[in-house]
Amino acid sequence: MGGIRTAGDLVARLQLNRGMRIDAAKKYVAEKLGVSVLDLSDTVVMSEVREELDIGRVNETPAVAKGIDAKFRIAELLDLAINCVNMFKERVGIRAYQSFD
Amino acid sequence: MGKILTRMGDGSRVEMTAAEIQQDLEAAAQDAAERANVPSLTDDEIKYLLDLYKCKDRVVGVEEGKECCLTYDNMTSKIKRAHIPISKIQQLLLFERGLGADTLELAHIDYSFKQCKHVVQYEKPNMEQAVLQTIAPIFYGSMPNLGLYSVPDGPVANPGDMLPLGKIEESKEAFEQMAEYAIKDMVYVGSELYEKAGADGINFDTTAAAGDAEFYAALKAAEILHDKYPDMGIEMGMSGEFILGLHSEIEYNGVRLAGLYPQDQVKLAEQAGVTIFGPAINIGTNESLPWNLARSIVFTKACSEAAEIPIHANLGMGVGGVPLTLTPPLDALSRASKAHVELCRLDGL
Repeated sequence: MGGIRTAGDLVARLQLNRGMRIDAAKKYVAEKLGVSVLDLSDTVVMSEVREELDIGRVNETPAVAKGIDAKFRIAELLDLAINCVNMFKERVGIRAYQSFD
Repeated sequence: MGKILTRMGDGSRVEMTAAEIQQDLEAAAQDAAERANVPSLTDDEIKYLLDLYKCKDRVVGVEEGKECCLTYDNMTSKIKRAHIPISKIQQLLLFERGLGADTLELAHIDYSFKQCKHVVQYEKPNMEQAVLQTIAPIFYGSMPNLGLYSVPDGPVANPGDMLPLGKIEESKEAFEQMAEYAIKDMVYVGSELYEKAGADGINFDTTAAAGDAEFYAALKAAEILHDKYPDMGIEMGMSGEFILGLHSEIEYNGVRLAGLYPQDQVKLAEQAGVTIFGPAINIGTNESLPWNLARSIVFTKACSEAAEIPIHANLGMGVGGVPLTLTPPLDALSRASKAHVELCRLDGL
């Protein structure tokens, strides 16, 4: 789909961790992002959406999410447990974000 | 219309008439349907494939809206094989930011769980640092590779030596012992990379290359990992369309594994907790690509229709209608990809 150039990484997460088939996974991600299913593979639309939501994109600018920080937001946005995010929270003792529990 | 330029299964160029291509498509589809006891291709699907080969475009692609996700096997060895001296973490960043990969996969150059076990303490820091720097989901991938557990590479007597001597029961016992060793290694490596290093999932690649006992071992390992970590992503990619019955009687959940085709393999994978399944249909190098593609589509379509989990068909060197060559030609790779995704309603490749 194009990975972080589009929404490929997000759709893949739903397939990988929830076993969702492609149509259901795309619909789920589109609804959470507030875009159409067709937009998910559009590099122009998704670059803007990803910048606005600060969930990481290819053309990085200073002070935007780049790695684990982007995944914190993705976990919250998709309402999805991400293993390394939970591990990071555990290691640094983060308990504050209710939506991450 | 003149001759159509296509290829053989080994990648060499061949010119065929439209009638010859149609004949190959129909013959291969019928052959696959009879072998797996699944429906053959419809007239419309045969016409779709024929049109795909008549099209003179060098590269083709799926219709807009039918884009799918890609998973990989042995991702971080691909760059190493090209002798580009960059670290595995840099390779993952390259795939994510340079090549637009939907998923990433950290792998040891000796791509077998038995070998990974020895270096797991060095793989975990790589994974820990990779998950801090990347955004796309990351697998740790490797092969069950049951062959490494028998003499001279492993501790168990080699069934390949015993079978010609008629030692059938001893061979079966050896396969079962090898499977137990493999299960332990797969669960150990999978647990370490998931629980202690933050991987999103585990990829069992080239599963069942050593037959039914290896398929059993991978299913059992997936089941144990799924029970330990219900949120863990588990991908299982196969090695061929047919489970070789080298043990011949080994079962998983009451189903004999020898002789299973993809539409039955995926049901057992689902029971084991696998979240993405990858059927692999081998190439016949002395047959044309249209023949190979039609055959692969029949097996893969039946698998996709039977599945409840995502299907990422294996398309690459020597599988899924892609020629058996180290440098797969784009004309062949893109045709195979488009046809599989559109005719089989695939979730990924």
